[in-house]
Amino acid sequence: MIKLTVNGRAHEADVEGEMPLLWVLRDVLDIKGPKFGCGIAQCGACTVLLDGAPVRSCSVPVAAIAGKKVTTVEGLEVNGHLHPVQQAWLDHEVPQCGYCQGGQMLTAVALLRHNPKPSDADIDAAMTNICRCGTYARIRTAVHAAAASSQSKRA
Amino acid sequence: MTLTVNRARRTFLKGSAAATGLVVGFSLPEAGAQTGMPGVTGPEINAWVVVRPDNVIIIRYARSEMGQGSMTSAAMLVAEELDCAWKQVKVEYVSVNEHVKRNRIWGSMAAVGSQTIRFSQDYLRKGGATARLMLIQAAAQRWSVSATECTASAGVIHHAASKRSLSYGEVAVAASLLPQPKEVTLKDPKTWTLAGTSVKRVDIPDTVHGRQRYGIDTQLPGMLYAAVAQCPVFGGTVKSFDAAPVQGRRGIKRVFTIDSGKALIVVADNWWRAKEALKLVPVEWDVGANGAVSSESIATFLRAGLNAPSAPTALRRGDLEQAMASSSKQIEAEYYTPYLSHAALEPMNCTALINGSEVDVWCSTQNGEGTLATAAAAAGVPLTQVQVHRSQVGGGFGRRGGSQDFTRIGVLVAKEMPGVPVKTVWTREEDTQHDFYRPVAMYRLKAGLDASGKPVAFRARLTSPSLLTTLLKLPLKDGIDGPAVEGFNEFPYEIANVHNDWAQRDTHVPVGFWRTVGWSQNPFARECFIDEMAIAAGRDPYEYRRSLLAGEKRPLAILDAVAKAADWTKPLPAGVFRGIAVTEPYGSYTAAVVEISLNDKGELKVHRVVQGIDCGYVVNPDNITAQLQGSVVFALTAITQGEITIKDGRVEQSNFHDYPLLRMPEMPKVEVVIAPTGGFWGGVGEPAQAPLAPALCNAIFAASGKRLRSLPLSRHGIKLVKA
Ligand code: FES
Ligand code: FES
Repeated sequence: MIKLTVNGRAHEADVEGEMPLLWVLRDVLDIKGPKFGCGIAQCGACTVLLDGAPVRSCSVPVAAIAGKKVTTVEGLEVNGHLHPVQQAWLDHEVPQCGYCQGGQMLTAVALLRHNPKPSDADIDAAMTNICRCGTYARIRTAVHAAAASSQSKRA
Repeated sequence: MTLTVNRARRTFLKGSAAATGLVVGFSLPEAGAQTGMPGVTGPEINAWVVVRPDNVIIIRYARSEMGQGSMTSAAMLVAEELDCAWKQVKVEYVSVNEHVKRNRIWGSMAAVGSQTIRFSQDYLRKGGATARLMLIQAAAQRWSVSATECTASAGVIHHAASKRSLSYGEVAVAASLLPQPKEVTLKDPKTWTLAGTSVKRVDIPDTVHGRQRYGIDTQLPGMLYAAVAQCPVFGGTVKSFDAAPVQGRRGIKRVFTIDSGKALIVVADNWWRAKEALKLVPVEWDVGANGAVSSESIATFLRAGLNAPSAPTALRRGDLEQAMASSSKQIEAEYYTPYLSHAALEPMNCTALINGSEVDVWCSTQNGEGTLATAAAAAGVPLTQVQVHRSQVGGGFGRRGGSQDFTRIGVLVAKEMPGVPVKTVWTREEDTQHDFYRPVAMYRLKAGLDASGKPVAFRARLTSPSLLTTLLKLPLKDGIDGPAVEGFNEFPYEIANVHNDWAQRDTHVPVGFWRTVGWSQNPFARECFIDEMAIAAGRDPYEYRRSLLAGEKRPLAILDAVAKAADWTKPLPAGVFRGIAVTEPYGSYTAAVVEISLNDKGELKVHRVVQGIDCGYVVNPDNITAQLQGSVVFALTAITQGEITIKDGRVEQSNFHDYPLLRMPEMPKVEVVIAPTGGFWGGVGEPAQAPLAPALCNAIFAASGKRLRSLPLSRHGIKLVKA
């Protein structure tokens, strides 16, 4: 039995330790925010935060995350309040099909957490997830907007 | 849920698409106070509009949403004519099953060919306008006044003389019982207040909240999961397999083949177990006759198409041979575009449940009707026995419309497991290697110029596989596959003598509709060659095009608009070069200017893309901008690195490491020019991609003097880097 905490809730899963976290979340715990895109850590559709750091859950065996906290896109909203990144994604109409966007938003959340005012180069370096629909221009705009709004809140 | 709707019907409206033969007819039902849609409560004013007593207005959407934004734009057109407040509106998918039972009342369900707005706008607007008339009529009757004395705005009907008003919700039931008006007058688009403004897409909040559901997210009680392996060589079958190595393995339920051995299936209690087990099942394939086919053998085969003495004519005017012979200068060139995979980020998948003769299917589809028909055929049941449960589509790009292989496989798997819902999911490798690819194509172009450099003769031979015959099993008209010759069958340039033809060369590699279809590849040849003609004539490529488009108002207008926005006549910084192209795809007109630099290491920087569209009427401008931005990414991926190659009869690429897609750092600066001239309805989702490949390659010529006549650029040692 593997124990894991997802979005603040404790879960148990009776699965093989080598089963990737992605499939434990999706098929065992019915948490569908993390998406399957490639299965080989290329696309980032499966991104979740592990103790706040983005990981590609398709390539993380569930046994490796014991004691760590998992955040999926479903966990970004707290008490009915959208995360500034989500608000920026709404304001700038970032998504097209939307399939990659949970992973994109989580990656942006992690970026802003350790770099509250990222430059374009920082965004290029951190936002490595694939968007087949090509929303990169709006992702960039929204990351800057989320940074600005978080800063104005902090000020 | 079954619901019988059995009302008298009469033909009421004809979709504009009827003329094209894509929609066979359109009718509205006689009204009834009951909604016909399973799960919807509220009076149905007509097929498109349900007005609930609490003033929530449900506008139905018949096609699919895959990020192209049409779900919102289509509803905007209904709401514009309905004169309701946008905040009252909820958009709901039409039930595909109900659509079949109501004799295709909602028209085409296909979100393909950039058609949703241009082919539905007439009946959508009439749907809104007739509902509005009926709601006004119901209020007038309540007040015992003439409807002509009443007005409506923001979902409220007013009678000015008596200062009375009623909301749409208050008269909805009465309105739903009225007969449908026979005639409606639609608004002049100049008077629109909602359509033409940037409205936020209705599907985005679910995405941002993380609650958007795609076909792959289907979850049902007792559901099992299937992994699929088709023969790596297209058309091959399973000769033998041995399930022993996975029998008794945790979670594995069954191992079997479907479709006369076309695919091997493992069913398990979660998908990871199924796909891991599938790798362990030894299988011997009968690859059939195509095990030796390669990209090289296909190229040889296509070359024979280029060299064929004759081929069906796509366009002929004047006397080509005579004009070519008497021209003072001739130039000739050959172009090539490769197979491409769709690579939608949501891999192919289908969940199906077969209970006796009842079939339920859940999947991401661009064409609900196509899915329903495919499921019915695969299950062997009548159409009315199938329910298709639609969801947001995690990328379509043509993969999930005409090619419904995922539905067929999903249903055939479920057929083996009666009473059990089974979700079949493709690995990315399976998805990449069993796509319906953008066809490979070769082009031979020749032009004859007079002494002044003006072209007097233009000859194009195209050769490629046919989508229509191989995928859709449709007969060709006069031997021509329309999508294959896009951009060459209608040809805007004023050249008196033209002969364009197409030699069909089908291979064993399945082909399908890939975003922008023929327009995604043919302009590369056409518009680069126009550049070659301009260079041969010693003229500026923009000015040369202008001189040949003098009689073509709209292509000329968008070309001018884009050239102006891109400061074509002004000098560029040292080391930066630009190229231009213009196209006329899907009822719209698009042009692009691309600015680049290229160093001797082959590092290509795209500094600026200016691209413009004239789509006639503009419904949701910000969504058009988004589609144009996305088109640049889609196009640049294909131009710089997109290529599916064949070896030993199979696809060599398998996942995003060897079929790479553009990422954030390579995203260039994009400026969008929306320059609508009105008076027509053009597409948006695809047209913007068309001029990008030639504009970019024309810029490379300007930079390097090298005319690159085959794609992708990686073949020429060129790599896109951050600008
Ligand atoms: S599915 Fe994990 S990175 Fe693509
Ligand atoms: S929005 Fe479709 S893949 Fe990113």
